[in-house]
Amino acid sequence: MITVLAVHFAVAAVAPFLFRAWGRNAFYALAAVPAVSFGWLLFQHGAVYSDVGAVSEVFPWIPGLDLEFAFRLDPLAWVMSLLILGIGALVLVYCARYFSLKDQDLGGFGAQFLAFAGVMFGLVIADDLLLMFIFWELTTILSYLLIGFARTRLAARRSALQALMVTTAGGLAMLVGLIMLGHSAGTYRISAILAQAPTLISGPSGGIVAAAVVLILAGAISKSALVPFHFWLPGAMAAPTPVSAYLHAAAMVKAGIYLVARLAPGFSDTAYWQSIVLGLGLATMLVGGYRALRQTDIKLILAYGTVSQLGFLTMVVGLGTPDAALAGLAMLLAHGLFKATLFLVVGIIDHQAGTRDVRQLSGVFRQSRALGIVAGIGAASMAGVPLLAGFVAKESVLEAFVHHASGGEAWSMVVLVGIVLGSVLTFAYSARFMWGAFAVKPGIERTMFKAVKPSFLAAPAVLSVLSIVYGLWPASVDAWVQPYAALFASTASGAGTPAEQAGHLALWHGFTPALGLTALTFALGLAMYFGRNLVARAQSRVPGWIDGDRMYQLTIGALDDTAVWITGRTQRGSLYFYLAVILTMAFALPLTAMVLAGKPLPDNLYFIDPYSPLQPVVGAGIVIGALAAVKANKRFLAVLMVSVTGYGIALMFALQGAPDLALTQMLVETIILVAFVLAMRSLPAELRDRTGGKYRVIRVIIGAAFGVTMVFAAIHAMGARVAVPVSLEFPRLAYEGGGGLNIVNVTLVDIRAWDTFGEISVLALAATGVASLIFVRGRGDRTRVSETIAEGSVGRQVAVDPGSREAADLAISRKFAASARDAWIVAGRTLAPERRSIIFEVVTRLIFHSLIIFSLYLLLAGHNLPGGGFAGGLTAGLALAIRYLAGGRFELREATPVGAGTLLGIGLATAAASGVVPLLLGGQVFQTAIIELWLPVFGDIKFVTSTIFDIGVYIVVIGLVLDVLRSLGSEIDEHFEEQRTAPAEDAPADDAPAATEVQADVHAEEPVGVPAETTARGQG
Amino acid sequence: MSVNLTLLTVMGALYACGIYLILERSLTRVLLGLMLLANATNLLILATGGYAGLAPLYNKATGAHEYADPLPQALILTSIVISFAVTAFMLGIIYRTWVLARQDEIQDDIEDLRVAETPRFDAEDDTPIPAETSEFPLTMLGGDGSTVSDHPTAADGPDEAGSVTAGAKEISARDAAAEEQPGSQNVTPGPEGGVK
Repeated sequence: MITVLAVHFAVAAVAPFLFRAWGRNAFYALAAVPAVSFGWLLFQHGAVYSDVGAVSEVFPWIPGLDLEFAFRLDPLAWVMSLLILGIGALVLVYCARYFSLKDQDLGGFGAQFLAFAGVMFGLVIADDLLLMFIFWELTTILSYLLIGFARTRLAARRSALQALMVTTAGGLAMLVGLIMLGHSAGTYRISAILAQAPTLISGPSGGIVAAAVVLILAGAISKSALVPFHFWLPGAMAAPTPVSAYLHAAAMVKAGIYLVARLAPGFSDTAYWQSIVLGLGLATMLVGGYRALRQTDIKLILAYGTVSQLGFLTMVVGLGTPDAALAGLAMLLAHGLFKATLFLVVGIIDHQAGTRDVRQLSGVFRQSRALGIVAGIGAASMAGVPLLAGFVAKESVLEAFVHHASGGEAWSMVVLVGIVLGSVLTFAYSARFMWGAFAVKPGIERTMFKAVKPSFLAAPAVLSVLSIVYGLWPASVDAWVQPYAALFASTASGAGTPAEQAGHLALWHGFTPALGLTALTFALGLAMYFGRNLVARAQSRVPGWIDGDRMYQLTIGALDDTAVWITGRTQRGSLYFYLAVILTMAFALPLTAMVLAGKPLPDNLYFIDPYSPLQPVVGAGIVIGALAAVKANKRFLAVLMVSVTGYGIALMFALQGAPDLALTQMLVETIILVAFVLAMRSLPAELRDRTGGKYRVIRVIIGAAFGVTMVFAAIHAMGARVAVPVSLEFPRLAYEGGGGLNIVNVTLVDIRAWDTFGEISVLALAATGVASLIFVRGRGDRTRVSETIAEGSVGRQVAVDPGSREAADLAISRKFAASARDAWIVAGRTLAPERRSIIFEVVTRLIFHSLIIFSLYLLLAGHNLPGGGFAGGLTAGLALAIRYLAGGRFELREATPVGAGTLLGIGLATAAASGVVPLLLGGQVFQTAIIELWLPVFGDIKFVTSTIFDIGVYIVVIGLVLDVLRSLGSEIDEHFEEQRTAPAEDAPADDAPAATEVQADVHAEEPVGVPAETTARGQG
Repeated sequence: MSVNLTLLTVMGALYACGIYLILERSLTRVLLGLMLLANATNLLILATGGYAGLAPLYNKATGAHEYADPLPQALILTSIVISFAVTAFMLGIIYRTWVLARQDEIQDDIEDLRVAETPRFDAEDDTPIPAETSEFPLTMLGGDGSTVSDHPTAADGPDEAGSVTAGAKEISARDAAAEEQPGSQNVTPGPEGGVK
């Protein structure tokens, strides 16, 4: 069985290639798959109808979740598979002539169709509730794709979505039901659940099982388009007609019927089963039949006819008696045969005549008698005319319901009357269909009708022949269905054998009440057909009843409106609002919890650390700095104040006994200060506060409350700590395992090396991010060397008013700094004279190399003394920053012959290598080795391999700092110079405040309208 | 476990100031707020180490309890450098915002506001569709309708259909039809590569 499934999906996967090669004839190749499977199915007949009663296959899938590929081919599944595979093959054959050579996307369509057939087959043979559900949802998705085949047409898209929404909603309810059922049964194996159904229903979880069954029925009802979900099926008429034929006759909607049939042997006695199945079934049968008589599109007549028949089938299949079960499956087969025939005929008419409108079709029968005969057989079978499949099936249905009603309950009499009424409607719309499609209508021009090719007509013709064979010789169908009906047989003594209880399918039962009812049906149906004008007039007088489609539209519309309303209230586009809500929750919940818990504060609280009494003094400085940063209304003042807190914290680290942290924090604060100044050169000095007024109070409240919450949360969290810190082991581990004295550094490069590796990856990402933000395109790693740059050309001040004081200053500074002094720094000559500072250049010359040496010292000594890769890298970065500030961007370029991107890559690679190499040597990732050796000059050397990792860190940090300098420094310099040389472009907006306002207004409306500014190199 | 209230008080003050700042509209202040929050968090981690102690440089004579706790220090060291990287990234963003929009302020998200103003009428859901009674609509060939084809001819294409009004814009019917096609490339890319 799994092979059959696999072949379906495999061929579906390659279908687009087949279509590319063979065009629409590839449908024949696709049709071969279900056709061969159908043959295989026939060979399984012996096994399925043996004493075992089924063919099973089980493959484990996810044992932890009790999910398995459990398949079981029993008589019910076998009969369903006949329809699914047989009709699937015929419809695919039909597709090969239905679609035109020029149609687009046939490959995808064929693949979906074949997969759909496979999924339906999987659905009926699945023996696991969850596996069945998976197939169930797959049919939903594939039907969505198939219905929406003509995706450029609004009608197709909309009805596909409608079908998807309705059936998925039902499917979700069903999933809950399936899980409830599987949970209370303790197994998800369907055959096992059905076997223990009686004990389940009467057992302690009987209520849950009843509820579960109702939920599962909700899924079946939505799938099978029963009232109140009946509207999606006529809507799905936007699908290509072959799809409609398959959906209506064998797949999709039959899944719901199948589910009812599958569960009926076990659960038809549960509390709400009968009322749901019979009530909704009957309502659907009547509504469908009634509406079918109103339609003018022959396809819609059939669609509402299917709705009606689905209600009918649900009733029969769900009744839960042996004779009804027998009749139900017989009816299912008959319906599949005639409905497929009729839809395929409709497709031919539409294809040849270009319309399906009853009011435009006229005289089609005269032009294609073969088509008329095929359709006539189908319609007659639908109406239940003797000698055909429909008659045989309907006869035994009536038999079953007469038997049901003979109990004498008023309710079962109502059902019987309803069924007869429904059959009358069925007869009437069958006749109306034939009349509408084929009759010659007075006053209507004869329809242009192209001749039908035999290959086009083959599929419906085969189906109609099968309807006749079935009608004339129902014994084999009877034999197929009997084992299923026997599942319902009563085991009470005197009830007779299962076959006696179920009765038999036969053409002639003698003069029975059922035959009388059939005769009555025919008489009334004929009367309705001949009185069709009266019927139409009566129907037009009835106001439009509750329209399910309209209800759906209103529901979806209301849902949309609610969503928009809620979104509009919560997503107001203001970051301030979002943050305020999030942060308020962040302090309100923990604060409430702490107040409610009312725990006493822990004992060991202290303000003054006996080992470090100066902390409160430094703390006061930090707090003052932070408050000043909040109050500052000048940009750089605020930045400086934040730096004050940063340096203060460095001091705090030192006081706490953390020299590494203090060192790193000092270096970082310094570099951040440089970066801030570089990046914010172009921004206005004032920090305007636009969020003033009432918001300020709220912000103060949120901030203060958050701070207080954090303090108390921290106190409680730390007070709750009982375990011994893991870090007590660290000194020993660091010395013995890591071979280093600096415990923090060994922690970084050895004990927690993974953590650090993650961090340097983030650094590389952030560095690349900075570069991309400024350079926009590329990383800008290719900078020109300084030799190519004209002397004094960088950062030259232009556009200075000649008479002004600045001009005089400029002239003097140029005079003093005019000579090309390359003695101190390499690219100093490229700077404009007024930008140079001889003192700075000399100092740079003196300290750059010392700093680099010092950084290397920090790196190598870091294992045993304060320092390490981070501190070393930052020191080296600082040295580069000094070079840049003294000599401009070309100086920076000269100082770093290797690009920042390359540095990041080398650094990461080095660190990664230090992790991987031990693995290759048979150790573990990031394992450290201690190598002791003697070198002539240096003497005894103890080299720890984790130093290599630290070197990687060092290089990455240099790369990061370099990227910051290049982006926020060099590149922005270049932006400035380009602006100055092309002042006409942007100058007005920069200079005149009024113009800025105007510009700002423009931006407010069209924020993306301003072109990106980047340099020529950035664009390259 | 000992709790150092000095560190925690300073931490609380930094959190309060940081939160106050990130609720601001100015991007620069938001960034400063983030930096204060990072500092505050570093202090929080530091406080988990307990009493101040000796610098964690191994010495055989020193007991494990006498060092300042090395684990929080390792975590903070990581945090300091990452904060630096994030700060640099934010600086890049601030600069770019300034270059693009001449603004250092966080604007209300126009797209969010647009969602709130979504009209009840959704063309995809609510446009009335005329009943279609065929998948193969006939097209008359020639003026007299004497011949019939089941495919629209080029002459009847959207060329002569004029223009379509979509929202406030008027676009030619051919473009509109092209946009109906899946995977339409019929859009002008904006300066940053997005759709304008």
